[in-house]
Amino acid sequence: MNKVRAKINEKQQRVLNVYFTAGHPTLDSIPSIAEGLQEAGADLIELGMPYSDPLADGLTIQKSSEVALKNGMNLKHLFDQVKQATASIEIPIILMGYYNQLIQFGMDRFLDMATTAGVSGLIIPDLPMFEYEAKFQKSFEDRNLGMSFLISPMTSDERILQAGRLSSGFLYMVSQSSITGKTQDISQEQHAYFDKVNNMGIESPRLIGFGIHNNETFETACKYSNGAIVGSSFIRALEKDASKAGIKTFVSSILNG
Amino acid sequence: MSEVKTSIETDLVSLKHPDERGYYGEFGGAYIPEMLFANVEQLRLIYQEVIDDPAFQAEYKSLLRDFVGRPSPLYLAKRLSEIYCTNIWLKREDLNHTGAHKINNTVGQILIAKRLGKKRIIAETGAGQHGVATATVCALMGLECFVYMGAVDIERQAPNVARMNMLGATVIPAESGSKTLKDATNEAIRDWINNAETTHYIIGSAIGPHPYPDMVTQLQAIVSEEIAYQLTAQTGKEYPDYVVACVGGGSNAAGAFYHFLDDKRVKLILAEAAGKGIDSGHSAATSILGSKGIIHGCMTLLMQDPDGQIIEPYSLSAGLDYPGIGPLHAHLITTGRAKVYAATDDEAMQAVFELSKVEGIIPALETAHALAILSRIGAGKDDHVVVSLSGRGDKDLNTYMNYENIKDQVH
Repeated sequence: MNKVRAKINEKQQRVLNVYFTAGHPTLDSIPSIAEGLQEAGADLIELGMPYSDPLADGLTIQKSSEVALKNGMNLKHLFDQVKQATASIEIPIILMGYYNQLIQFGMDRFLDMATTAGVSGLIIPDLPMFEYEAKFQKSFEDRNLGMSFLISPMTSDERILQAGRLSSGFLYMVSQSSITGKTQDISQEQHAYFDKVNNMGIESPRLIGFGIHNNETFETACKYSNGAIVGSSFIRALEKDASKAGIKTFVSSILNG
Repeated sequence: MSEVKTSIETDLVSLKHPDERGYYGEFGGAYIPEMLFANVEQLRLIYQEVIDDPAFQAEYKSLLRDFVGRPSPLYLAKRLSEIYCTNIWLKREDLNHTGAHKINNTVGQILIAKRLGKKRIIAETGAGQHGVATATVCALMGLECFVYMGAVDIERQAPNVARMNMLGATVIPAESGSKTLKDATNEAIRDWINNAETTHYIIGSAIGPHPYPDMVTQLQAIVSEEIAYQLTAQTGKEYPDYVVACVGGGSNAAGAFYHFLDDKRVKLILAEAAGKGIDSGHSAATSILGSKGIIHGCMTLLMQDPDGQIIEPYSLSAGLDYPGIGPLHAHLITTGRAKVYAATDDEAMQAVFELSKVEGIIPALETAHALAILSRIGAGKDDHVVVSLSGRGDKDLNTYMNYENIKDQVH
């Protein structure tokens, strides 16, 4: 079993997955932020591979990606930093990036370097499920990498089941039909959607992301899933204070209010 | 118009349509975040049925005739022909309502959007021609319209911004990246993710996730349909020897080529924007500088670095200032079916002034790239060369008047 799934299975409830962009706020900040997150009580780390054209991301993550690229972040440097980080932490690191980045780097080369660096899982929001299944599923399984697919409130039941079946890490439930970084409350319609997915008999654990930005939204998400993913609000917090104390304050505000 | 099969059509696979999943050879497909899947799938399931529906065709064709002013003339440019020692026919898309070929596609897509029950329309625009064409059909149909346009382009295409405002559209500046067409497209896609249920996205180029490249191509195909019968009526010849079109994303070239794609007697020529020169670091010559990858939801050729980061292109012409090319075009180029030439800003500007003085037609800067390569394509004195005169130059007057001052600047 891959490390992402194992971690969620072990904890079962209130899993906190925190996203940040590699190379932001500074080029070499990955290891210290990762350590800070583990010490503060995060269960999983989702590390964004900064991209010039991040279609699914709102302004906060776009800006952090721009800063990271200006700082000189690239995939080779990212893997070096991740290797340093995984030497000192035990919680799993998941890489999130766009398919074109992996294609240009070379899929096999990418998966090999990710494995060597100690990466435990991947999220590639624009990789079609059929293409993953036909071309890459075996490579992921051979390397023990957990894959996570996204579903949204507009996803058909058939696709939800397919995403559930192919998600060897966790099923990523996008809370609302939007890009990242929205901070509205979670509506009744969203509750109905979470309930529906939970009653579909999907084996894969589920985490809710997009719009989770404080203790209230975290608690709501945890009622309907194994846990939640926090992204844009952490980026904003890092911009103010990227020290371990600052990270601890932020994570505590999500977990405890 | 019925399609006449000729003995020249020996290939089993027609180039006119992608396969089931939207691939032209190795290019195309749909690489989109899940939040867009339902919308794109809804469109994929109905677009062909709608386009083939006689009621749709009747409404589309009647709007093209009475609102757009089609058919556009196919005009023999005698003095230009003398200069280039061949027979140059100008397909006058510049005479369409709103001044470019873009309106053919927006008329079709607004009718599709109405069938989908969408109330809100979004679009991206570079030169502003697609934005104006979208704002126009939204005014015609009484639908709400939001146009994303790069902040740089808003500045260099001010007359079109004013037009869109007058037509009731809201122009939203794209402030990310290079602040040009690529970024406007990103912003439009993000808007669509946020407003998926209410909104239809009218993409203006033959780019984007399947079914967009095929849908836009079919809605622009009226251009080559007319070229075919107009040329026959005027010359007795049933096919041109060359069809020449400029290419940014590719809707103009797709429309001008469509009915000739499977007829190998017709040489298909694309003109890309070399900007300040292909190797200058300030260029938009995608097929030469680009490699295979994903941009705006499709697998195609694009300008990118070894890490897959998309490179910001440069062209003085806002409509060609785009780092990708449609998947159909990528397929035509890599298989050798179409040939590409690149024209620099300077060469395009010379072509603008030449056509203006020699034929009394001021072309759009984008279009001028197609005129600028005419000496290089190898056409003989008996050949018939059709050039898609895709747009008129009114929107570029400011650039034309100030070129001597601005030519050393790069945005």
